[in-house]
Amino acid sequence: MMIFAGVLAGGTGTRMGNYTIPKQFLTIADRPIIAHVIDKFIVHNGIDKVIVGVNADWYQYMTDIQEKYYKGMDKLVVVPGGSDRNSTINAIVAKTKEISGSSEDILVTHDAVRPFVTLKMISENIDAAKKYGVCDTVMPATDTIVYSSNGEYITDIPLRSSTYQGQTPQSFNIKLFEEVYSSMTEEELKVVTDACKMFMLRGHKVHLVEGSVSNMKITYPYDYKIAQIMMENPEDDMFTV
Amino acid sequence: MICLQYKLVKPFVIETFFNNVKPEGTSHLIVRPEKLSICKADMRYYFGQRDAAVLHSRLPMALIHEACGRVMYDPTGKYKSGDKVVLLPNIPGEDGFYAENYRLDSLFRSSRADGFMQEAVRIRHAQTVPYRRDLPDEVMSFTEFISVGVHAVNSFAKTAHSRRNSIGVWGDGSLAYVICCVLKSLYPQTKITVTGLNPGKLQYFNFVDEVLTVNQVEKGAKFDHTFECVGGAGSGAAVEQMIDTLCPQGTIMLLGVSEEPVPINTRMVLEKGLTLLGRSRSGKEDFEQAVKILQSDKTFLARMKYLISAEVEIESINDISKAFETAKTADFKVVLDWNI
Repeated sequence: MMIFAGVLAGGTGTRMGNYTIPKQFLTIADRPIIAHVIDKFIVHNGIDKVIVGVNADWYQYMTDIQEKYYKGMDKLVVVPGGSDRNSTINAIVAKTKEISGSSEDILVTHDAVRPFVTLKMISENIDAAKKYGVCDTVMPATDTIVYSSNGEYITDIPLRSSTYQGQTPQSFNIKLFEEVYSSMTEEELKVVTDACKMFMLRGHKVHLVEGSVSNMKITYPYDYKIAQIMMENPEDDMFTV
Repeated sequence: MICLQYKLVKPFVIETFFNNVKPEGTSHLIVRPEKLSICKADMRYYFGQRDAAVLHSRLPMALIHEACGRVMYDPTGKYKSGDKVVLLPNIPGEDGFYAENYRLDSLFRSSRADGFMQEAVRIRHAQTVPYRRDLPDEVMSFTEFISVGVHAVNSFAKTAHSRRNSIGVWGDGSLAYVICCVLKSLYPQTKITVTGLNPGKLQYFNFVDEVLTVNQVEKGAKFDHTFECVGGAGSGAAVEQMIDTLCPQGTIMLLGVSEEPVPINTRMVLEKGLTLLGRSRSGKEDFEQAVKILQSDKTFLARMKYLISAEVEIESINDISKAFETAKTADFKVVLDWNI
């Protein structure tokens, strides 16, 4: 059995003000955001292999990062992914099968733009995926979540104590994922981009793992600014000794 | 990689910080601390018992300098991922004339550098000591504390005259207990007498030859040498009793920390020709010897387990506060099961 980490870097959206490269390649604390993410999985004792699925257009850029920061580390593999989340996961899954292919294998998927993931979240994802087959990292919603099916008016307001915000990692047994994915219809695949949702649609219980406010997704310039402020740490130099 | 640090920003208040822990270079490892142990020095910061100017200049700071952990990343390949190591809080300075932990430019974690209350620590290869997986982590967490005892006893061995028939240890806390255990391990023939205040804590010293409460001490030449493990307000009274009960040319090993100056009867020190030696800062060799004793001396290891008064599971900042409050009333050590 092997435990894989799959870093999802298929996106090319910038949505980040004037920057023109995908946001996972922007830097915080002098290191690309995606490298902070890869570091966490590289050093985690429970992860056997880290596979980064990157949009084909940015494959070269990513392999340059690999060369610069992870030279000689065979724990890291970069694969060209597809153009959306599902095809990126599929490219990573295909790579895991090439490497191992055991029916027990676990894949811990994580957004390339959530660099504040903790070692504990990763450990709990591995444990939950082994035990329950599939899990999602969430945190209790602080804002009230409102639901609108038409985008004009509220059609439902779920009870806040039962609502959570989905983060990543999302983790699952790879064989189970393949079964679920292959059973999806084309119509379903057009609208369902979340792996956990696919499991739910096929009747699997998706276990909850506790996330955190700081495990934020760096999507907008505002998030990027917050991430930079979070890293302003004048004590840093103590650790260079 | 971005890792969480838990820093004391002012007495009683711990906040989350983020630190960039880079898996780069070949001189440093990345270690996940797994068990931490609270020392009196940490408590003085946490409860605001240090001088206000000291607190102002050193905080925010991650506390705790006693810890063991699991190697996550070693660029040299000397350690395998998952190997267990004791973490040394010393960050040695350059001037090799002095012992590593006494150099003016040396730093010490949870004093002038961040301690181990962190998600992962980047640490020099040389500042770790590996240990066997079958050893209990909760004991290994306070290897630093044990190494201080080893350091003091080693310094004593080099300095004190060779008659070691009878040694007096003052104090009934963790440090006195460790000193007694180290002395019993290295000098099994020597008669050890412990003098303390708290009868409940003194019950734990059942392996020494004699246990006294402070009011049972009589004047007269009784001990070849003594160890002071009292510190604080009791230091003066303890040193006075030692001077009164030492044989000529004996050595007083000073280990207790006092925030206030301690008066010493120098007339009697001169009359008896006593040596006063302060030793509380251990180095790499002391850590290695401590681990060696823990790995080879089953009796010593078993006794160390009695030093754990409480183990607190840490999953949040509130749990950290709870651990410090527990330490306030605990007889001996409080170990933090670091799962945050």
